[in-house]
Amino acid sequence: MTAEQIISAPKVIVRDLNFYYGADRALKDINLVIPEKMVTAFIGPSGCGKSTLLRTFNRMYELYPKQRATGEILLDGENLLDKKQDLNTLRAKIGMVFQKPTPFPMSIYDNITFGVKLYEKLSSHEMDDRVEWALKKAALWNEVKDKLNQSGTGLSGGQQQRLCIARAIAVKPQVLLLDEPTSALDPISTAHIEKLIDELKKDFTIVIVTHNMQQAARVSDFTAYMYLGDLIEFGDTSTVFTNPKRKETEDYITGRFG
Amino acid sequence: MPTFLQEARLKRQVVQDMLFRNLTRLAAFAVLALLAAIIASLVVGSMPAIHAFGFGFLTSSVWDPVKDEYGALVPIVGTLVTSGIALLIAIPVSFGIAIFLTELSPNWLRRPLGIAVELLAGIPSIIYGMWGLFVFAPLFGDYVEPWINNHIGKMPLIGPFFSGPPMGIGMLTAGIILAIMVIPFIASVMRDVFDVVPAMLKESAYGLGSTTWEVMWNVVLPYTRIGVVGGIMLGLGRALGETMAVTFVIGNANQLNKSLFMPGNSIASALANEFNEAVGTLYTSSLIELGLILFFITFVVLSLARLLLLKMAQREGHGA
Repeated sequence: MTAEQIISAPKVIVRDLNFYYGADRALKDINLVIPEKMVTAFIGPSGCGKSTLLRTFNRMYELYPKQRATGEILLDGENLLDKKQDLNTLRAKIGMVFQKPTPFPMSIYDNITFGVKLYEKLSSHEMDDRVEWALKKAALWNEVKDKLNQSGTGLSGGQQQRLCIARAIAVKPQVLLLDEPTSALDPISTAHIEKLIDELKKDFTIVIVTHNMQQAARVSDFTAYMYLGDLIEFGDTSTVFTNPKRKETEDYITGRFG
Repeated sequence: MPTFLQEARLKRQVVQDMLFRNLTRLAAFAVLALLAAIIASLVVGSMPAIHAFGFGFLTSSVWDPVKDEYGALVPIVGTLVTSGIALLIAIPVSFGIAIFLTELSPNWLRRPLGIAVELLAGIPSIIYGMWGLFVFAPLFGDYVEPWINNHIGKMPLIGPFFSGPPMGIGMLTAGIILAIMVIPFIASVMRDVFDVVPAMLKESAYGLGSTTWEVMWNVVLPYTRIGVVGGIMLGLGRALGETMAVTFVIGNANQLNKSLFMPGNSIASALANEFNEAVGTLYTSSLIELGLILFFITFVVLSLARLLLLKMAQREGHGA
């Protein structure tokens, strides 16, 4: 059975994706299906291309010269890599959270409204509601509701990262990309975020890149193991972790390699 | 190593440390001492003029060496207006240059353009002055000023500022030359501070669907505001004190005109032109007081910039 058959509700379909940094081929013929409203984890050793793959989903690589992708990434059947796709509208549909918290240098409230204002005209009342909704979804509301006008950069690292998640979901994206979202956080904040991911998958399709295999095992429904730009194995998380089909995957998850 | 040698070495290090600390302290305090000395000599030098004219010096537009009557209004206005014009032009242009260099420029163009901007900053001001007088002013008077006269000059409110005889030289020309001179300073500082904005922060903003402009204006600029204001202040400092280039093109006339096409004078330009000919205590002293005023203006501008930054930080929520 192929992955496409396992997954009944595909949200994103990656077909024959190749990615180049200049002449370097960093992703090799990737074929993958991301199921809707589930968590898919990309794991693998450093430099295997998992972040690169994630960044093709919102074409973030286009900010940099000499990076290009070929192939297809279909979001609900629409090819994201199509040059005719409006990049900004695309990015509004696909939220992203990074390795380190990146609060904007403005108030907590303005951090949340930043993305919303770009694409929606809301009354101030509706905007208040949206901010509250996003902060509640990100499990941050209780901690910040009395200081919405204070700077987002004044929060703790874990709070900042949840602020960034709130900011990303405030625009109501369809897919949420998490690029090692807990790598700069302490264990307690990490646990917070992991719990949050579990909540968020009710509403969003989530793709997470992680260095931490336990994290992948804890939070994800599907796991893709990558190595040197190849997708080695993809399947539901419990199978990949308990009964991997490929020897390479087994070596990696049992810690014999990587 | 024997112990006594180690001890000797330790002692020597302690002495060296102390020497070094005091040396740096001396260097730092020398700056303060110099500043105080300059202010003191300016104040002492301008005492005769202060006694003779009092506050009237600031509000009088008379500058008459024959009658020995002096007022600083014209050069003060000239300095502020030309510097104001310079910043009005230089800030947006520099912002554009910095955005292009950091975000939009293809890689192969980035270095040559950056170096060109830095070279522009290195051109001696006398060359800007000569170029301004012999090349820019005639072209400006022949082609641009008539156009401004016909278009902007007819508008209500701002019209009177932009109409008059198209002579080429004057306050507007001085302001534009100043703008050209300060653009490389402001642009290179802006580029440097934009360059250190974490890529991830910019990507977060792009990731929400922002355009380059929205990223620069709403995220990068607030993030770098201290550096940007610093760069603008650097440019303003240069514009306020610039002497040679302004002297060439401002017209050096002690008159107050609504029209920016008319000649005027700036403090630095007046000082450069008249110090050689200044005879008599009051004349010299009045010129020194002009210098003191220039010093004071610079000081006030810098303080205002600090205040502005403080206000912005408060609004953003740091102070709350």
